[in-house]
Amino acid sequence: MEHILQYFLLVPFLGFVVSIFLPEKNEKLISGIAFGTVFIQFLGLVLFIGFWIFNGSEDLNLKEITLLKTDHYEFFIDFYFDKIGAVYLFVGALLTSMITTYSRYYLHREKGYKRFFNTVLFFFFGYNLAILAGNFETLFIGWEIIGISSFLLIAFYRERYLPVKNAFKVFSIYRIGDVGLLLTMWASHHLFHENITFMKLNNYELVNEHLQSHSFIGVFIALCLACAAAAKSAQIPFSSWLPRAMEGPTPSSAIFYGSLSVHLGVFLMLRTYPFWEHQTTMRIAIGLMGFTTSIAASLMARVQSSVKSQVAYSSISQIGIIFIEIALGFETLALIHFAGNAFLRTYQLLVSPSVVSYLIRDQFYNFQPKSKKANLFFPKRIENSLYILALKEFNLEGFLNLVLWKPLKTIGKLLDFLDIKRVYSFFIPLFVLGFLAYKFKVDLPQQLISVLPEVFAFIGLVFVFKSFSERKSPFLAWILIVLNHFWIALAIVFNDKVSVSEIAFYLAGIILAGGIGYIALLQLKKIEMRILISQYLGHVYEHPKFAFFFLLATLGITGFPITSTFIGEDLIFSHIGSNQVILAFFVASSFVVSGIAGIRIYARLFLGPHVKTYHELPYKSS
Amino acid sequence: MFFLDFKPFEINDLFVLIQFHYKMKTQNVGFDEHKVLHHLTHYLPAQNPLKDFVHHNTLHAFQHKEFHEALAKANTIFGYKTYLSLVEFRSRFAKNEIKENVLDYIISKNKGIENIESWKHKLLHQSYDESVQSRIGNLRANWKKEYAINLEKSTHSLLFRVLCSYLDQGIAMWTFPENENGFLNSIIALEKNAATGIFTSKRVKELLFNKASITQLLEIVVGKEELYEHYLFDQQFSHPGWSGMIATIESNPSSLLDSKPITFEELVQFELLLEIDVLDKKFNSNWSPLGLKVRAEEYHLFDAIKYNELFDVLSLWQQAFEFSFYDEVLSGVKEVNEITIAEKPSFQGMFCMDDRECSFRRHIEHIDKQAVTFGTAAFFNFEFYFQPVGGKFHTKLCPAPVTPKYLIKEEHRKKKQAKDLHYHKQSHSLLFGCIISQTLGFSSAFKLFLNIFKPSMSPATTASFKHLHKKSKLVIENNNNEKVDDLQVGFTIEEMANRIEGLLKSIGLVQNFAPIVYVVGHGATSVNNTHYAGYDCGACCGRPSSVNAKVASYAANHPSVRDILKERGINIPAETQFLPALHDTTRDEIAFYDEDILNDVNKKLHHENAITFEIALANNAKERSRRFDTIDSTETIEKIHENVKKRAFSLFEPRPELNHATNAMCVVGRRSLSKQLFLDRRSFLNSYDYQIDASGDYLAVILGQVAPVAGGINLEYYFSRVDNQKLGAGSKLPHNVMGLIGVANGIDGDLRPGLPSQMIEVHDPIRLLAVVEHYPEVVKKAISKNPATYEWYKNEWLRLAVVHPETKQIFVFEQEEFIEYHPIQKASLIENELALAEKTKENLPVGILTNA
Repeated sequence: MEHILQYFLLVPFLGFVVSIFLPEKNEKLISGIAFGTVFIQFLGLVLFIGFWIFNGSEDLNLKEITLLKTDHYEFFIDFYFDKIGAVYLFVGALLTSMITTYSRYYLHREKGYKRFFNTVLFFFFGYNLAILAGNFETLFIGWEIIGISSFLLIAFYRERYLPVKNAFKVFSIYRIGDVGLLLTMWASHHLFHENITFMKLNNYELVNEHLQSHSFIGVFIALCLACAAAAKSAQIPFSSWLPRAMEGPTPSSAIFYGSLSVHLGVFLMLRTYPFWEHQTTMRIAIGLMGFTTSIAASLMARVQSSVKSQVAYSSISQIGIIFIEIALGFETLALIHFAGNAFLRTYQLLVSPSVVSYLIRDQFYNFQPKSKKANLFFPKRIENSLYILALKEFNLEGFLNLVLWKPLKTIGKLLDFLDIKRVYSFFIPLFVLGFLAYKFKVDLPQQLISVLPEVFAFIGLVFVFKSFSERKSPFLAWILIVLNHFWIALAIVFNDKVSVSEIAFYLAGIILAGGIGYIALLQLKKIEMRILISQYLGHVYEHPKFAFFFLLATLGITGFPITSTFIGEDLIFSHIGSNQVILAFFVASSFVVSGIAGIRIYARLFLGPHVKTYHELPYKSS
Repeated sequence: MFFLDFKPFEINDLFVLIQFHYKMKTQNVGFDEHKVLHHLTHYLPAQNPLKDFVHHNTLHAFQHKEFHEALAKANTIFGYKTYLSLVEFRSRFAKNEIKENVLDYIISKNKGIENIESWKHKLLHQSYDESVQSRIGNLRANWKKEYAINLEKSTHSLLFRVLCSYLDQGIAMWTFPENENGFLNSIIALEKNAATGIFTSKRVKELLFNKASITQLLEIVVGKEELYEHYLFDQQFSHPGWSGMIATIESNPSSLLDSKPITFEELVQFELLLEIDVLDKKFNSNWSPLGLKVRAEEYHLFDAIKYNELFDVLSLWQQAFEFSFYDEVLSGVKEVNEITIAEKPSFQGMFCMDDRECSFRRHIEHIDKQAVTFGTAAFFNFEFYFQPVGGKFHTKLCPAPVTPKYLIKEEHRKKKQAKDLHYHKQSHSLLFGCIISQTLGFSSAFKLFLNIFKPSMSPATTASFKHLHKKSKLVIENNNNEKVDDLQVGFTIEEMANRIEGLLKSIGLVQNFAPIVYVVGHGATSVNNTHYAGYDCGACCGRPSSVNAKVASYAANHPSVRDILKERGINIPAETQFLPALHDTTRDEIAFYDEDILNDVNKKLHHENAITFEIALANNAKERSRRFDTIDSTETIEKIHENVKKRAFSLFEPRPELNHATNAMCVVGRRSLSKQLFLDRRSFLNSYDYQIDASGDYLAVILGQVAPVAGGINLEYYFSRVDNQKLGAGSKLPHNVMGLIGVANGIDGDLRPGLPSQMIEVHDPIRLLAVVEHYPEVVKKAISKNPATYEWYKNEWLRLAVVHPETKQIFVFEQEEFIEYHPIQKASLIENELALAEKTKENLPVGILTNA
């Protein structure tokens, strides 16, 4: 029976691939394929779930395929299906099939009709993969796909400034959440000495046995998971991204940010619940996070005067409650709450334009002028202060800026002296020096050897910081990302047991994608003369195909699961010792920031208002 | 005689403008806050809050200039695209939508016959740099260059959020806590009475509490007086949506039901304070004003613009594009054989002049050859406020510039209001939301499913028939001088008679009355449509015109009114009855009111006529369906009509109907002039009989309305089409409703005035051609009576053609002269327009119908 599981990935994947090759003009065919795919999935799921319940609804696990195996390491794709998966898959397929039918007419004649359905199918594939995942690696692939397709959907109106800016913002927050997942993967390797499946996590004895001896790692993993879940589900302090994700066509906002995408953090918590179930402090912490979020978000929801942000914040406040429910151990209640909240918010967003006529009529007949009565229970001063705080979203944007982006930029700016020449003339010799140090490491003092990996990884990290804050040359930004991976490789080789083939496996994808991207940049410079990334250039207007290939290259160098680098990244992590937390943190951070920096290059070059002004251009404030 | 006066509001503005230009020239440096603010608001978009959608000329600030000159100027100063692009013009030429002989005619007229070849080469082959380098925004761009600060990014989102929360009409659960007599006062109260604040800088708080004037604030921010004006323009035009909305609310506070006093001045003050706050925060109060960093002489927003051949080329293309259509129409008008209108009509119908009624009237006349139809502005000359049962406010039912002195009330009846918990605010609260999401949440999935597969009416649907219940009774006649809030309740006999007389004489219906005269208003039905008010009757401030139809019919049926009319030469026979009705232009349905007043003979006649209406509606639906992608126009007529009806209820249908798209002309004359013309639903039709208005007095009123109403619609479509990003609202799909007053993209965006792309995508941007039947000298006199609207004709913001009633010569109004025009092409003949409808989605040729 578990073999059927793989078909629930095959269907969306095939649908997605087919949809890429459809002619742009044929709206009926495009939406037909999209709806067909999702609907077949839905029907199949209904039958399967029915059958599964009839058969006693036992948890299913399918070890699909091993992609790489070394003597100490195995990277395999694994699927898992249980009650949680069933509910998520069902809700996802039901909503997506309704939304694809809806959008079929709604998006009629919209520029980007095909792009919309491509991205929706890609998202749908990623969603199913994440839900069906049987281990962290598989989950992470789905997670990444959801991240990138979210970016594309939010930036659907790519010729305007705000959608692109906000898409980039959301993508960055998602990536920050990914640090949590990457570190979880790393730590669980060390905890379980294997690529642990979710099926095994359910095994209380096994988990408990490992946790007994490594209770610190247990807490660490639980924290990382909570962090990943908080980012994805817009919990405090990440909440402000969700309303800003409402930039695409209403149906896509409705389904992804009203319901499916935003509940994935909840899913992660439910999925890993058996792991942290017995860590009472973690349960309290997660419950508290949910509690804070639900209070703060409901205050913010109360002051919103635009429909979509109101729905977004009220959805967040409900998700906060769901977190509390999970922490309390009410799994079923959390699932019901998830499904109800997803349906409700999707619908509310879809009918959001209707509120104008509904509420104006309501106002016309039932208007009550505001009474000026002073409220003894709630002094004016407190009311006003809370109102301002909620209106300013508790300064969450400013807070994130202060702790995340500002340090990044400040460190990056320290390297402002860097240009391409200096990178080549200074850092390549330095790299060679590092390489020599590796070759002759037996001759070097032990203290030096033990800090060198951290030093190299730090150089790599600073490189991506600089790439992230680079305001002029896309070439420099690009090179720095590529070189970062070399520094990481250098840092890792100092550990024992790393074979040349493993490093080659890791770097092959980078070199390939890096080369393609560099050539593409040269080409673009030849056509457009000046390509400075100090502002959005919007070249996708004239070069849509070019942009697509550059996006692929960008995904390649940032370790998206399309090249061997993705597996390489995981492999690299497996070599970081459990005592090298700092190294693990540096490497995870540079993976994450390089992803952000890469997408930033893409966004600056190809998205946003076009630099050429011979056609209609929107205001920057729209 | 009763005429409506349109307030000549443009005159005042013009005056200020002239003063202003005078000032610029003399380089008088003194900065006069109020003059500059007034000047500034003049250029801002003047769109009302969503509930009162009123079409207007988007570039009204440029109306005192000749059309093409104004377009070049608007482009250079504000960066608007004002024409289609050269590529579009050229491809239309290749598709023969712009005719070669017309193009030759236009070039030779403008550039001389000897230059045809050289200019034609320029038009067709020369490449031009079409990129827009606007002047607006240049000064303020220096913040980024000189201070490396993105002021817009740091101020806009908070500014919009505060404005929207303050003005909110009922979205937020927690409304703005202070409401102290004006915007700035409320902000001060909020700031004084809270532990935290909107502003962080101490200096800013002091400035706020002292209510520093704009000049004082500009001294801090800009520092150089000669740059103040430019700076304010830059600042406000970085978010024209909100600025325009505030200016509109200031001048028309009643456009918000929950009134929120605010002035444009306060907005500017507040924004300047925000800017100082951001700068203080970043540079610790240690920064010099922007003006010190720039050379003031480089920034002159309104300097004369340099000649650019591109605009010459574009204006020639535009004229050729327009005349390719005009010429078709005018040759049709010239060649058509006038037929006499039935002496004993089976029934008569008064419809709105709206272009959407053009085809409906044609189908009625096809089916019943003895039927006679008229067109007029569908407030039917009755201007009033309306208060339905249980309504806490009054709704204005007349053209926007008119301020009525009358109130029509609905008599008491039981009324139930449909509710839907999905829109209930409490669903967003924490606890109630928790309960709702776990219960109602599941029914929303079901509801969504139903609406996708079987759309039906819901409480959120805006339906034209909901506006006036079939059974409602209105207080139409004034009793004992009753008054409410300074408004007279109902009309006196005399007042009714005046209005009916004006109505009948202006459309030329003074004799040969049929047994039943239908007075047909119109409205639309849609759901999930923020611009719903733009779909209803423009002459009723964006509402269905059923109440007006009912009031007008009541007046015309009143025996005492008829007595007065008889004295004034209009003899309505006793057996003639006026019957109100409402045409739903989206669903193509009609509802009749007060059918029980009909006498027995008329009841029978009405029964027959109703069948005529039904068939005409179905035919009309079929003709409309050709533009709808989701409907197959070759199916049976019943099926098509069914599908057309369904669109109105579908949540996922962004185009329930196409509204005024493709509007291009207006006929002011007898029906005999237009009856046999196929105008492809592109024409406003205003009935008018020159024979009973030799002096042109009624004509002056009609043409005074045609310019702002039909011309306003036309130009709003024009500009939303040529620059859908800056002058239109962009795609409506990502729109987010802000405070029930406007729409924006996402949550941090500026309001988007103008029309969404879904409304204008099939529209051909050409100016309105008004075709008037009268003697040229009378028309000249009529248009020059009202200087405010004369500007439209003089500066050619709409084109005017006159058909000489006797000789059938055609004259076109150019540079304030009537010049005879000889159509270039032969009129095309059309046999059956319904068969044609199955063939193409594009515009059909306009011509003479042979089946009429």
